[in-house]
Amino acid sequence: MRKLMSLLLAAVMVLSLAACAQKPAATEAATTAAATEAATEAPADVYVRPEIKTVQPRVSAPLAEEVAAGKTQVKDYKDITIGFIFLHDENSTYDRNFMEAAKAACAKYGVNYLEKVGIPETNECYEAACDLVDRKADLVFADSFSHESYLLQAAKEFPDVQFCHATGTMSHTEGVANLHNAFAHIYEGRYLAGIAAGMKLNQMIADGKITADQAKMGYVGAYTYAEVISGYTSFYLGAKSVCPSVTMEVQFTGSWYDEALEKEAAQTLLNNKCVLISQHADSMGAPTACEEAGVPDVSYNGSTLAACPNTFMVSSRINWQPYFEYIINCIAYGEPIVDDWCGTLDTTSVMLTEINEAVCAPGTREALDEAWAKLSKGEISVFDTNNFTVSNIVKSNDLSKALNKNAEADGSNKLTSYGADVDTDAAYTADTEAVQNGAFEESTFRSAPYFDIMIDGITTLNAMF
Amino acid sequence: MHKEPLFHIVKRETLPWYKSWGVRLLAVVCALIVAGLITLFLTGLNPIKVYATMIDGAIGTQRRTWALMQKTAMLLCIALALTPAFRMRFWNTGAEGQVLAGGMCCAVIMLKLGDKLPNGLLTLLMLVAGVLGGAIWGVIPAIFKAKWNTNETLFTLMMNYIAIQIIGYYVLEWSVPKGSGSIGVINQKTQAGWLPSIGGQAYLINIIVVAVLTVLVYIYLTYSKHGYEISVVGESEKTARYIGIDVKKVIIRTMCLSGAICGLAGFLLVSGADHTITKDTAGGNGFTAIMVCWLAKFNPIWMVLTSLLICFLSKGAGEIATMFNLNLSFSDIITGIIIFFIVGSEFFINYRLIFRGHRKEANS
Repeated sequence: MRKLMSLLLAAVMVLSLAACAQKPAATEAATTAAATEAATEAPADVYVRPEIKTVQPRVSAPLAEEVAAGKTQVKDYKDITIGFIFLHDENSTYDRNFMEAAKAACAKYGVNYLEKVGIPETNECYEAACDLVDRKADLVFADSFSHESYLLQAAKEFPDVQFCHATGTMSHTEGVANLHNAFAHIYEGRYLAGIAAGMKLNQMIADGKITADQAKMGYVGAYTYAEVISGYTSFYLGAKSVCPSVTMEVQFTGSWYDEALEKEAAQTLLNNKCVLISQHADSMGAPTACEEAGVPDVSYNGSTLAACPNTFMVSSRINWQPYFEYIINCIAYGEPIVDDWCGTLDTTSVMLTEINEAVCAPGTREALDEAWAKLSKGEISVFDTNNFTVSNIVKSNDLSKALNKNAEADGSNKLTSYGADVDTDAAYTADTEAVQNGAFEESTFRSAPYFDIMIDGITTLNAMF
Repeated sequence: MHKEPLFHIVKRETLPWYKSWGVRLLAVVCALIVAGLITLFLTGLNPIKVYATMIDGAIGTQRRTWALMQKTAMLLCIALALTPAFRMRFWNTGAEGQVLAGGMCCAVIMLKLGDKLPNGLLTLLMLVAGVLGGAIWGVIPAIFKAKWNTNETLFTLMMNYIAIQIIGYYVLEWSVPKGSGSIGVINQKTQAGWLPSIGGQAYLINIIVVAVLTVLVYIYLTYSKHGYEISVVGESEKTARYIGIDVKKVIIRTMCLSGAICGLAGFLLVSGADHTITKDTAGGNGFTAIMVCWLAKFNPIWMVLTSLLICFLSKGAGEIATMFNLNLSFSDIITGIIIFFIVGSEFFINYRLIFRGHRKEANS
């Protein structure tokens, strides 16, 4: 026992030594900071946004036919093998959406399909990627955000194999030629779904069920993270475009898939008198809570009509098949795969499910068709700065106080400039001007979303960073 | 005259080793036949092909063999950690949490000091922190057990959830990009705090460390005074007290060791394989290791075999799911059947059935 204690003590001493070594550096930093402050006589704790750059749009969405046009095929389809890595199995709506598209695309061209299901975001992803390469995969695709760094590791090891990744951000910053990112302008799909929600609210107001002030929606989000913020904001803006008095509350769960938590979050929103619910999380938690309470629900990633016939309205989803067909043809024709592929309404990468006429307000289908055409032609823009205001801007270095610190707005709270973190880093540094031509240019400088502004009209009940 | 039951269960004399291993082998063969039949009836696939795929999935390529060895080494390391505690009849169900606590301490140092210290010192510090983290997580329930006789099974189990939630919190807090819920690979560019590859094999260090550890734990338990004390406390606390063993001390010391080895496993996982920390880092091995321990009757050398068997099954079963487009649940069914038979065979090694007719003959 004595020996053990002395060992433990020795260990503690080593650790405290390390702690001591750190202290002088910290003190030094504090002194320098104090000196700078004194020199400039700036008021304490003001965040100064770093220099940001203005760049040209760099995402594109070429289709399979464009790759093939006028070229000769260099590899037979039947000799091509694509390996897919999925986070869960087909019981997750998120992964099923990828699986079905992957199988359909591979079957269409007759290429070999390999899959690895239930691969967690650990070293197992790297193992799976290498194993697929060993089995002669020409291209490896992974579907979950945190698979990316393991895919990057494999991409460096096998420069002759292509690695594609959904939702990731690294292809334009890592400089690894065979790693590619892909996403879709899903915010446009959510905007359309939001229009259906807004029309439902208008119908409730017209029927005298609620007053215009009571038009409050609820939204169950996974994490307080750009992909989710961009999603709920576009949904809200869609609703606001038809129902100007709408407000929204957002409750985060801190998980992409947790049925109990999502149901509980929906319940909280219903208790707060939200009259319509939507969600960005993968389970049936929120839709079932709505069905039990008889409150209309806008779903995500697929229809929940079968389980919720009395409350399901419409759902937006990403259709990955056009992308999979594109990358298959890139291999077949020996063409390079674009770094950042971002599908649109026109490429059918962004889709709406069937509209449940029993729940939606009359005329919803026509209104959605009209808005779809306008979005497609570029006549309207989801994040047009005339459509929303940002009045809460707190420029502080203290992360717990800071709010929209990279945003600049004019006297009427209209957004004039925003420093987005397009080149993702740990410190989350603003690096790129996102407001151009009177709109926040979402998914333009990279495929993964970077809109993370807290706009007026939306209240977040909690935060899950 | 009352009716005799169909059969009696009688405790066996200890079987010679070749007979007991014969029974186990027979169990594996029976399991393969049953699982094969179920495969045939449920999926219509040729069972022989399915088993061939299983073997291919586990050791079909050099990379797969290495991955199998790494997986086995990690499971074995955790099972080795549990062994001293289990021999003492201290049911440590908290290996998952102890591994995570150790891994977490490592990851913190890797993350926060990665660019401040030379690599050798950083790795050493991570090792110390990992071992210490695991030891602390293990010793807390031991102190409560020793002082207030709390239930160690529930206590250690509870500590798992605390560790998981702490990691969940910090993974969110330090996630890159912020709010994505994942830290990502730590020091991917500099590789600071990563255990080096030997001869191009990233996992070789892990495998060597666990191999040495297996021998050490065996020697410690079989030949050292501590090992003897552990066995006595396990057999009977009263006897231990009677012959002057400080039971409390032995409990605390042994759990310190058990937790420390779990912490080492956490270090090997974070520094030698994953290079990040998530709630999945231990991947349920903390619980699977309990089975590895029991199947090997708490013998470190046999554990090499039982952990290899379990990893072989899980790797192979995963391959079945991939190759035949079956759900992962199907591979779980196959693994379940095989493990059921192996666990069941222990019954026939320890007991025998005597049927009614047989007994009459014996009487007459």
